[in-house]
Amino acid sequence: MSAIDPYILSGVIIVAQILAIVVPLLVAVAYLTYAERKVIGAIQLRKGPNVVGPFGLLQPFADGIKLLAKETILPAGANKLIFILAPMLTFILSLIAWAVIPFDDGMVLADINVGVLYLFAISSLGVYGVIMAGWASNSKYAFLGALRSAAQMVSYEVSLGFVIISVLLCVGSLNLSDIVMAQKTVWFAIPLFPMFVVFFISVLAETNRAPFDLPEGESELVAGYFVEYSSMSFALFFLGEYANMILMSAITAVLFLGGWLPPIDIAPLNWIPGPIWFFLKIAFVLFFFLWVRATMPRYRYDQLMRLGWKVFLPLSLFWVVLTAGVLVTFGLVPA
Amino acid sequence: MTELLTEYLPILIFLMIAIGLAAVMVIASLIVGTQRPDSEKLSAYECGFEAFDDSRGQFDVRFYLVAILFIIFDLEVAFLFPWAISLGEVGAFGFWSMMVFLGVLTVGFIYEWNKGALEWE
Repeated sequence: MSAIDPYILSGVIIVAQILAIVVPLLVAVAYLTYAERKVIGAIQLRKGPNVVGPFGLLQPFADGIKLLAKETILPAGANKLIFILAPMLTFILSLIAWAVIPFDDGMVLADINVGVLYLFAISSLGVYGVIMAGWASNSKYAFLGALRSAAQMVSYEVSLGFVIISVLLCVGSLNLSDIVMAQKTVWFAIPLFPMFVVFFISVLAETNRAPFDLPEGESELVAGYFVEYSSMSFALFFLGEYANMILMSAITAVLFLGGWLPPIDIAPLNWIPGPIWFFLKIAFVLFFFLWVRATMPRYRYDQLMRLGWKVFLPLSLFWVVLTAGVLVTFGLVPA
Repeated sequence: MTELLTEYLPILIFLMIAIGLAAVMVIASLIVGTQRPDSEKLSAYECGFEAFDDSRGQFDVRFYLVAILFIIFDLEVAFLFPWAISLGEVGAFGFWSMMVFLGVLTVGFIYEWNKGALEWE
């Protein structure tokens, strides 16, 4: 064992770290689909999947293998290259955003000082996957679904941006670890509670989840922008969408629920390691996603746009001014 | 400079792994699944009948309007980022400059609202 090239060694470490994020993430996505069906089943007094494996626990893998073995259909009128690239793009973006998420103090793949901007940029690019899919499919349902989805995503991104600004005002840093550490005394969900609610609802719209799932409104657009997709290219959209849900829950946990920090820093609670708290908070937010889907009827498109532009945008803009004003007046601005 | 680049190296490697993973999944399904295309299967979905025409037509200009409004407000958010994290350093002058800017923007927003640019019927 003579000198191993330090560059190769650090490269191997980085690859191992990446796999340590991607593999649990994909397993989490698989079990999120299972949890969704179980939770909605329970809410509707059904059993949910219970045939494949004990308690139906192997159901997600059965679904995956089925999709893998299906025929990949490339519609005759489609722009083939873009058609194939769109789901890949959605999937890739939903993975690489995880590079800056801190799981514990110092436990982050790339501890860059513009973490929030990076997340903001990646989530903005998410619209491209949708637009590319809808355009390349050359099908009316897909096209209308993509238009709706893109308009919805950009509308709510504006208020998401303002909410993030009001958090940043209280932190004074774009680094996600700093944002978590700034919540040592109190989680931002408490002083910024209205923004927390606006953020959560905007995230529902941003990820095209019920009650804002108009882009894939089954009753009018069949499946929206991925109506023409089959097999693994459909599965990539599906995985990307669910990975995005988990990502957005993680961002909610980091921005508002104190990331890996325990609720109160006292004896029995701070024995539990940070990543477990982080995981619990993500699971908590995800449960809300599922709960909302099982409970709420779908919005109408004009109501959706009205909520985004006429309620959330003025409210979050006002809150940014209010937060900045309070911080400046009472000399609380972080140095 | 090198240190800065090293911070971003994991992201680049992550990107390459993600691209690789996505490509492997698509290609694996092309190999594993039986491919038996026919013209009916490959036609665009249209509730059971033949599509009258393709989707390369007109669409509502409102979507365009939303995109334009989005650009204005998103640029503003991008403009707010550096201000938000350096509020402690720019002091009262920095604070009031941004308030004036936001005030101007609010006037524009009220104008849009009254013009009905935010209405969907």
